Amino acid sequence: MNNIIGTVFIIIGLVFDVIGCIGLIRFPDVYSRLQSSTKCAVLGTVSILLGTFIIRGVSPTGVKAFLTAVFLLLTAPVAAHALARGAYKSAARLWEKSVCDDYAENK
Amino acid sequence: MKNKITLFIIWYILWMCLTWPFDPEHAIVGIAVAGFITFITSDLFTPRLEHFGQINRYLWFFYFVFLFLGECLKANINVAIRVLNPKLPIHPGIVKVKTDLKSEIGITFLGNCLTLASGTLCVDVDQERRFLYVHSLDVKSQDTGESAQLIVNKFEKVLERIFE
Repeated sequence: MNNIIGTVFIIIGLVFDVIGCIGLIRFPDVYSRLQSSTKCAVLGTVSILLGTFIIRGVSPTGVKAFLTAVFLLLTAPVAAHALARGAYKSAARLWEKSVCDDYAENK
Repeated sequence: MKNKITLFIIWYILWMCLTWPFDPEHAIVGIAVAGFITFITSDLFTPRLEHFGQINRYLWFFYFVFLFLGECLKANINVAIRVLNPKLPIHPGIVKVKTDLKSEIGITFLGNCLTLASGTLCVDVDQERRFLYVHSLDVKSQDTGESAQLIVNKFEKVLERIFE
């Protein structure tokens, strides 16, 4: 039973990872790309790790997978934030069809 | 000193989880490792000890985890639909949202939540730390930033009870 549930989690994770990669190619500018890559890739990877945890249970592998998932949830958004801020400071432009840019007034 | 001891205990528990099946060798090495990490990070983290004893905060944190996971799943499905739609229906833009949180850890958590949930990406935090600049995938032309503000308020209410 645990095997089946874990495998389902892993499959969901793979689907989201693939969608994240497609988004990385399709979206027009740095910021939108970061959105798709952080959100989908993080949820996908966390889902794969949770699947591993469910299959292996409370064993060395399972506990490490769970801790890695928590670690990823805490650090991935920080990395995305740093990349986005760095991109803006080094004048990476928004997509020309963007609606608004409130950050520009900050300078 | 109390701060350092608390940090040491937290890092030691983390180390024991990482080396899961208990054995004495890892337990001894862990004391050295946790001590070293405490020495490095003690001026980065200053846990407010009076908060650790309050059961309420743990319960709210538990609720927060479920709220966050739900929002995260919703946002992911939302982004996935936008990615797979051949017309690519996005209206991106950077909007400014206001927050009432004061503590640094609260704002950090709010920014992280915004990035992972709800179709937004935290770009910068204002110096006076009252505004977050947020890149949103779906800015409606009339109500600039209102949808992002709604989500901020939703998380804010819970985070306020955990960290403030």
